[in-house]
Amino acid sequence: MAILKYLLEKEVKQFMRNAFIPKMIIAYPLIIMLVLPLITTMDIKNIKLTIVDSDHSSTSENLVNKISASSYFTIETIAENYSEALSEIEYGSVDVILEIPKDFESNIISGNGTEVQISANAVDGSKGSLGGNYLSNIISDFNVELSQKAGTPRHAVVNIMVQNRYNEFLDYRDYMIPALIAILLILLCGLLPALNIVLEKENGTIEQMNVTPVSKTMFILAKLIPYWVMGLVVLTICFVVAWAVYGLVPQGSFLTIYCASILFIFIMSGFGLIISNYSATLQQALFVIFFFIMTFILMSGLFTPTKSMPVWAEIVSSFIPPRYLIEIMRNVYLKGGGFVDLYPKFLALGGFVVVVNFIAVLSYRKRS
Amino acid sequence: MTQFLAFIKKEFFHIMRDTRTMFILLVMPVVMIIIFGFAISTEIRNINVVVVAPNSSESIRQIIEKIEANEYFNVVGFLNSSKDIDREMRRDKADIALVFDSDFEREPSMQIVVDAANPVVATSEMFYLSAVMRDYFISKFKGVIPTESIGTNIHMLYNPQMKSSYNFVPGIMGLIFILICAMMTSVSIVREKEIGTMEVLLASPVKPLHIIFAKMIPYFVISCVNLATILLLAFFLLDIPMTGNLFWLCAISLIYILLSLSLGLLISTVVESQVAAMFASLLGLMIPVLMLSGMMFPIENMPIPLQTVSNIVPAKWYISAVRKLMIEGLAFSYIVKELSILIGMTIFLTVIALKKFKNRL
Repeated sequence: MAILKYLLEKEVKQFMRNAFIPKMIIAYPLIIMLVLPLITTMDIKNIKLTIVDSDHSSTSENLVNKISASSYFTIETIAENYSEALSEIEYGSVDVILEIPKDFESNIISGNGTEVQISANAVDGSKGSLGGNYLSNIISDFNVELSQKAGTPRHAVVNIMVQNRYNEFLDYRDYMIPALIAILLILLCGLLPALNIVLEKENGTIEQMNVTPVSKTMFILAKLIPYWVMGLVVLTICFVVAWAVYGLVPQGSFLTIYCASILFIFIMSGFGLIISNYSATLQQALFVIFFFIMTFILMSGLFTPTKSMPVWAEIVSSFIPPRYLIEIMRNVYLKGGGFVDLYPKFLALGGFVVVVNFIAVLSYRKRS
Repeated sequence: MTQFLAFIKKEFFHIMRDTRTMFILLVMPVVMIIIFGFAISTEIRNINVVVVAPNSSESIRQIIEKIEANEYFNVVGFLNSSKDIDREMRRDKADIALVFDSDFEREPSMQIVVDAANPVVATSEMFYLSAVMRDYFISKFKGVIPTESIGTNIHMLYNPQMKSSYNFVPGIMGLIFILICAMMTSVSIVREKEIGTMEVLLASPVKPLHIIFAKMIPYFVISCVNLATILLLAFFLLDIPMTGNLFWLCAISLIYILLSLSLGLLISTVVESQVAAMFASLLGLMIPVLMLSGMMFPIENMPIPLQTVSNIVPAKWYISAVRKLMIEGLAFSYIVKELSILIGMTIFLTVIALKKFKNRL
């Protein structure tokens, strides 16, 4: 035990005297908590619209006014014809075209009905479809107004009330912030210890360690414990920032969050160990780590829902540990779930802790 | 010249003999294309619906049937009371709950509860659901509801099937080249500094600039191989139309590769250790490319200062040009702006990197 104490002292000193890493530990959470939530917003606002009005009537003008009053659209230009509007899309200055046909007003008055054409740039599929859908919703509303004006009041046949539960104001930030904390733990508790051990290998100092009476368990523990502590400290800082800056507090209990995080920290540090066991140089380790981080971030449902994946990809994603932490974080923060609701996810995390660390111990050798 | 060639050869061997790195360098683009092209998507599917109906009536049954028949929805169960909705949603078993009033048949009134934790998904789910409900009510109450006087016809330009991969492939290209050229080059140059072999090289008769160029050329070649792989996969596997000018697509990619190489060189002149080089590329390049290039998150929703910052991210311009050439199939005249910005950035970065490059340690 005394050995562990000395080793820990050495690691902490080495860590603090590094010119770069401590600064990074401060910078990462701040960037992740303060800047990323501003970027990772999917709320679509200010969709740029161009209108081709071939009717020039008061009804079409009313429709245009109604659209410009909504917060979703900014009307960039009024184009003369479709091809002019299309070239605006090609240059990227607008996203959606609305074409109002000739005889728009007279067809409405005569009761023949008319049709407007919406063309959305769908290279970014979700943006295109949301833009198109918002616009057709506004036109539906406009229809109701028209029929009310015409004197045929449209009574509500069915009274439907919609309730947005757990995120009343549909704020995407509230959804992202709890999940971003998981990325932080991947970096701090998985990546850094792995790099630290590989660096000892590359510098040859691990050889010196290997000839001392220090047991391999002690050596590894001394390497990992500082990162575990750091992970928990940074986690707490993140919770404070989430509360102070965004007013976000978990609906559930902190106990649930900390338990899940501690399990996740063990998974990540074991994972880092496996990588360091199989890498001889930093560059090698780097690539493997990068590869996994990319897969983790993309497949864990952080940015795109896992439910949208095809079946095979969803199966792959169930082998990705961050997925469970992200789901637990979001659930506890927004929905207030507890152990009873989340136990399948906790079981999965627990399973990963055992398997990953078992592989890590098996692959560790005290000789080069 | 022969000396230079020998050096390039040495660097090639250096990379090729590290089979694992070589493997990842060549396979990574393939895996990313598969992940982005097939696994990741933003379409909403498998929306789980639970129903709370105090008594089962004809219209409730018809509504449920209508929803069940829709490809997006699965009706997963019936609950006894609306108090249970919370439990089901917390366990992620239900996304939407339909709560019918007890007297639905006589006075149709209902409540829809959406799990709005993810607002984007919730909004799309409501779009689909309201379309299904509208269809049902229009067919049921024919004549009672006035027919809409303005119909809408939505047309999706360039991507009628709404494939997410159309949006992602240009992004992957922006990401891979930065990764291979900037990150790998900077780490491999700094490595020589860190283990002290740079000193040996600088003391040799080889020109310092040759050492650097010899380090860059293998990564340049690997990037070209990757470019070819990505284009072939995109065309044959993802069915991306590639209607634009292939020559300009390759030209702008080569410029972007050169730009990434000069970024790598610049990083290697500023930092001292491999770990620092890695974090500089990760924080300074990777995250901006993922976040600020418009690849995943639309730039126009960000606050103005971040929008301004996004203009100096080279990947933003490259991705925008690739989208135009590859997916929208536009002519060269539409990418002049992007091309000239990238060329300008390349020249600027190369000049700075070469100025900062020191012949001494």
